[in-house]
Amino acid sequence: MSMNICEQEFTSVSERATCSAHGEDSAYFAGWEEYRRNPYDSLLNPSGVIQMGLAENRLSFDLLEEWLVKHPEASVNFQQDLFKELALYQDYHGLPAFKKAMANFMEELRGNKVKFEPERIVNTAGATAANEVLMFCLADPGDAFLVPSPYYAGFDRDLRWRTGVEIVPIHCYSSNNFQITKSAVESAFKEAQKRKMNVKGILITNPCNPLGTTSSAEILKMLLEFSMKKKIHLVCDEIYSGSVFSSPHFYSIAEIVAKQHYMADNVHIVYSLSKDLGLPGFRVGAIYSYNNSVVTAARRMSSFCMVSSQAQHLLSIMLSDSNFIKYYIQENKKRLKERHNLLVSGLAQAGIEQLDGNSGLFCWVNMRHLLPSHDLEGELKLWKSILEEARLNISPGSSFNCMEPGWFRVCFADMNMSTMEVALQRLQRFAKEYKIIANAKL
Amino acid sequence: MNARGEEKCRRVGLSKRKRNKNLSEKATCSGHGEDSPYFAGWEEYRRNPYDPLHNPSGIIQMGLAENRLSSGVVEEWLSNHPEALMISNRDLLKDLALYQDYHGMPAFRTALANFMGALGRNKVKFEAERIVNTAGTTAANEVLMFCLADPGDVFLVPSPYYPGFDRDLRWRTGVEIVPIHCYSSNNFQITKSAVKSAYKDSQNRNKNVRGILITNPCNPLGTTSSAKTLKMLLDFTQKKKIHLVCDEIYSGSVFSSPQFHSIAEIVTRESSTPDNVHIVYGLSKDLGLPGFRVGAIYSYNNTVVTAARRMSSFCMISSQTQYLLSCMLSDSDFVECYIAENKKRLEERHKLLVSGFAKAGIKHLNGNAGLFCWVNMSHLLTSNDLEGELKLWKSILYETKLNISPGSSFNCMEPGWFRVCFAESNITTMEVALQRLQRFAEKYKAMY
Repeated sequence: MSMNICEQEFTSVSERATCSAHGEDSAYFAGWEEYRRNPYDSLLNPSGVIQMGLAENRLSFDLLEEWLVKHPEASVNFQQDLFKELALYQDYHGLPAFKKAMANFMEELRGNKVKFEPERIVNTAGATAANEVLMFCLADPGDAFLVPSPYYAGFDRDLRWRTGVEIVPIHCYSSNNFQITKSAVESAFKEAQKRKMNVKGILITNPCNPLGTTSSAEILKMLLEFSMKKKIHLVCDEIYSGSVFSSPHFYSIAEIVAKQHYMADNVHIVYSLSKDLGLPGFRVGAIYSYNNSVVTAARRMSSFCMVSSQAQHLLSIMLSDSNFIKYYIQENKKRLKERHNLLVSGLAQAGIEQLDGNSGLFCWVNMRHLLPSHDLEGELKLWKSILEEARLNISPGSSFNCMEPGWFRVCFADMNMSTMEVALQRLQRFAKEYKIIANAKL
Repeated sequence: MNARGEEKCRRVGLSKRKRNKNLSEKATCSGHGEDSPYFAGWEEYRRNPYDPLHNPSGIIQMGLAENRLSSGVVEEWLSNHPEALMISNRDLLKDLALYQDYHGMPAFRTALANFMGALGRNKVKFEAERIVNTAGTTAANEVLMFCLADPGDVFLVPSPYYPGFDRDLRWRTGVEIVPIHCYSSNNFQITKSAVKSAYKDSQNRNKNVRGILITNPCNPLGTTSSAKTLKMLLDFTQKKKIHLVCDEIYSGSVFSSPQFHSIAEIVTRESSTPDNVHIVYGLSKDLGLPGFRVGAIYSYNNTVVTAARRMSSFCMISSQTQYLLSCMLSDSDFVECYIAENKKRLEERHKLLVSGFAKAGIKHLNGNAGLFCWVNMSHLLTSNDLEGELKLWKSILYETKLNISPGSSFNCMEPGWFRVCFAESNITTMEVALQRLQRFAEKYKAMY
């Protein structure tokens, strides 16, 4: 199919179709392209690019496989009326058994310290859809949401593209390990007001992508109080809540809300099975809102992004198997921790430091000492060298809107152990060669 | 919602909610379209559903365009091909679980392209690379609006039209619908003068027309557009440099003559690559699989394919479902058998409905497609206006206990037309429904 658009096409398309708010013109996605063109394979392409830029969890897949093989009934038994029922089920309320199972799973992930009501769950085809639906419900075009930076590169598209909502970053810095401070929040709020934007809410990810850290209870409480005082919304994307592998303890906003004695109807949680269960292909996401009007509106909007009844059925059975779920959560954490430790020690051998992380599928890594110049240009040059010479796709901090050049996100859960070891050797060689070159210049 | 819609709501007694300032305008307006008799009837049905044993005096649903007639054919295929459902191959399972590429599985797109070709008697070849997957046609139509029009722009849509369009095309996109009015005097066919009239009307209101969207076969009419009408629309849109979107979701549900022509056939005949033509398809109606959320955009415009594909991140099809359908639709024997059998069953059921109408002295528009009949009950109106139509609808709902959909919810200009669905219940229920309708019509005759 020819992509030579200009000479062929006469009928104009919308502004949204042609603007760059889809976000794909960025190093984050460019690296994936390089990987696709030249993917590493230990036998067939040992000098190919190793993908360390995709936050996917492939470490615990065998556990799911085993469960699925043992439970064929989860994959729809056509001999009963069940197939017909599922095939026809297009109610945006979602299968009751599925929502109950999701609620139970979300409770289990939080150590059963909070209770989730299934009726407050709105199904969406992935967290991408969930975040966008929330923006459509909470803000009008031109309104602003404050988002702590560095933040997930996809938010520029998910929160803004079709909604017309703007992101104003809450800048976080390495000086305090990138924690969100009250003054940074107030500063961002004031900045938005100066630009005559109506602030409609704050959106955080907890555990955080790309930092790989969790927010403390104090910070969550500060955010809840601030948002209630300003009468704005607080959206917490907790998509990595099942991927917390070491201390400190993970606090969900749901726990903070439960401790309050008032109804926090400005709080909304986003969840999905793409990361914790490693099932991004099944498109299973959810909004959990404490606000009845939002539940109603979001549910109606979910007509545009419903979860396949086939997936709902499979997961309602899997997530209701509490023995399996308990085992999976524990084993997954163990494997994430081991892999994280391997990465960290490999980085140390390369003389590279990282932010102390306890969660997620990635490490936030400090390569400032390797920058040719201490600015965006320097960071992109370094990123290109690592991609072209070390043949590793890692993601530069600028694509996460990080204010300080030289930070990179390195994913560790989407490859097998031997590939990880090859990647670490390449990184160590790269760092060593760089040191030699840098010393020679002095 | 337009003035006519608001009037509808007021008369039906449905109130608008007070604006909650903490939420967006979209969350609090009535753009979701659910405040209409179309949906109110479904609610009544849910409250009091017919069951031959447990609730024989309950409401019979004839307002939902679902196809349950041929599920048995699909189930039989599945019983012979369990591997399409039960993924016990570990490598395949891993691939599916991780597959989140918005390009969609190549095998699935190829199978879908072939299926679309088969529905058009293979007169056209569809290129798999021009297919964009979406979780249902609801999503497909909305994505197209986002790609083809800016907020405040207009799409011309022949009326009567599917009530869901008020939500799908307008709610979150900000696009407006200007109807191309069609009338019973020529069997509701789309005329060039009606198109020009709607175009002029938009211009007079200083609106930017970005395209025309038709459904072919048509919901609610149950008819197909002639090749001549399609050519007229193609010529008009190309002349005005606007888009032509053809929602062909019922293309596999054409059960009698005249023959179905896809816009793709017209395009092929013209041997041009018209970058303004886009087709919407999905498996909810033809295959009776609305729960699986399988829709598609087929566009002749490369920019639109690219943009729509990126937007489909918000509405992707589950990989498990893509896999199931790539297996099913690649089986050409099954496809051939299903298409033929489904048509046969639809035709039989349509005939039953039509003869039932005749016994009740009710006329209908001669239809050849879809899962419904467009029925003329204007002779039963107490007054020949919207109020009269809604009164009649209520009588039929609460007295006769049949949920059928009033023409006003389809933006029909002439009061008294109703859409009656025939493919979602079994034969016995259909017969009960027809008896109730006949009794109602007799009672009305006796009264007046």
